[in-house]
Amino acid sequence: MDSLMPSLYVFVLATFLGFEVIRRVSPLLHTPLMSLTNAISAISLVGSMVILGEQKSTLTAVLGGIAVVASTINVVSGFLITDRMLRMFKKRETKS
Amino acid sequence: MSDLFEALFHAAPGAQPLFTQVSYLVAAALFILALKWLSAPGTARRGVIAGEVGMGLAIVGTILLPEIEVYHWIIVAILVGTVIGVPIALLMPMTAVPQRTALSHSFGGLAVGLVGAAKYYLWLGEPGKLPPFIMAVIALEVLLGFLTFTGSLMAFGKLQEILPTRPMVYKGQNIINFALFAIAIVAGIWLTANPRMSILFPLLIALALTFGVLLIIPIGGADMPTVISLLNSYAGLSACAMGFVLDNKLLIIAGALDGSSGFILSVIMCKAMNRSFTNVLFGAFGQVAEAVTGRKEERTVRSASPEEAAQILESASSVVIVPGYGMAVAQAQHRVRELYDLLTRRGVDVKFGIHPVAGRMPGHMNVLLAEADIPYDRLYEMEDINPELPQTDVALIIGANDVTNPAARSDQSSPIYGMPIINVDKARTVMVIKRSMSAGFAGIQNELYYLDKTLMLFGDAKGFVGEMVKELGHAAPAALTPRPPLPKTGEGEKVLAKV
Repeated sequence: MDSLMPSLYVFVLATFLGFEVIRRVSPLLHTPLMSLTNAISAISLVGSMVILGEQKSTLTAVLGGIAVVASTINVVSGFLITDRMLRMFKKRETKS
Repeated sequence: MSDLFEALFHAAPGAQPLFTQVSYLVAAALFILALKWLSAPGTARRGVIAGEVGMGLAIVGTILLPEIEVYHWIIVAILVGTVIGVPIALLMPMTAVPQRTALSHSFGGLAVGLVGAAKYYLWLGEPGKLPPFIMAVIALEVLLGFLTFTGSLMAFGKLQEILPTRPMVYKGQNIINFALFAIAIVAGIWLTANPRMSILFPLLIALALTFGVLLIIPIGGADMPTVISLLNSYAGLSACAMGFVLDNKLLIIAGALDGSSGFILSVIMCKAMNRSFTNVLFGAFGQVAEAVTGRKEERTVRSASPEEAAQILESASSVVIVPGYGMAVAQAQHRVRELYDLLTRRGVDVKFGIHPVAGRMPGHMNVLLAEADIPYDRLYEMEDINPELPQTDVALIIGANDVTNPAARSDQSSPIYGMPIINVDKARTVMVIKRSMSAGFAGIQNELYYLDKTLMLFGDAKGFVGEMVKELGHAAPAALTPRPPLPKTGEGEKVLAKV
């Protein structure tokens, strides 16, 4: 509870920072942007890992296990596919 | 020395080792840098690396937490996720990018929802662990997480065409949706006041799951760019809520970045269609349009064969290609590249004009054209290409429809009136590759097709472009062959007649 206010400050500042940074992203890269932010928000993996690792009850371990698998899929495929897409973006000069 | 080691890697239960704290902090900074670097093509790949390093640090830092007692299950689960995730990323065709994105939003939502549920049941058994604020955030986390889960699954189904892409509407739909959402909110507030009313918790989950389905059912294929962005935003916000529940600032930051990114994209998409959020979510586009299609009359269009079309392109000095979802469906991007190469080699200036909502997700066309090796400095945004179109010889439209319909500028009764379009009708000649004369997604006739300067090229995008490529490839260098007379086309400066 004590950390509520600091957390809210962090939330507000991060949201504004996100707006500022992302507003300048070229429309060319909208799809990679979405897959990268998707991979980044799969940081929920760390929370899922704790639930699974604590092994407090079978129920939470199962829920945590599924959550870890789901977030890992997002982390792995999100970063890999963003890179795969970005490798395809080439300028004319480098081609010929 | 051993004291330092002790402080770095060990901590009392409930506290974080120094290494974990620092790794979370550095990860947060790296995530911000990742997005910053992603904003320009030159530095974008560096952004991915920054994100990966940040994620790696966060995972290592988490492994060191004293709460974690069992490691083998974590390793197993991560391995399973990796084994599923790697093939998805490496083998999936680029045309399926929108589907994959929808699916990963749903996985993200699921993970967050499950963690919220696990935390609730864990803390339910421990007195004093569910103060109102925490309970409220858990309710929000579960609501957003599960709603994103089923909503994104529905979006996936529509994009994969397992489900009908047309909007599904029924009477009183909005009232039912609002009622359901209101019940979910009430259940959440009730739980906040009485966290021990554990019967309400499964109800909340069930409501969130149902609401996610109902929210996406009435939304049609062409609105997918906005919806995917919005679901992206929800996925981020739910991760954020999880950060509040677990008191983890890294989660809050990463979630907020994702949330604001999705929000910005959906605003851009809405603006590009001249529609509001509420209209996209509750409007069911196809419905509105039906009334207008009533006045149908027999009108003639001019069509041309691949040979004729190839000759017109060859003799042009500037060509603007406007791709749309039809190009993605036909997987025609590689043929389009061949066409681009042949024309460029003959000295034709070929550019691509890309509407922000072309395709099924933001930036869809750019990725497909990049996949086909078309240099990205040939891809022009709508605002940049429109001033050039009056001086353009040929505008070639491949699988796009509503985003080129001049009625959006001139016909106040049109459902798409006011939507910014690519002004292909200003080009000297317009060529449209289309399978038939059927109306576009919005169900509206496109006046463009009946202009004097317009030539309809009937056929499948891939097949037709392939034929043109064959024609251009066979012909000897342009200078040596006498050119057959061109079909007469309209005068370039003629402004669009009132329709």
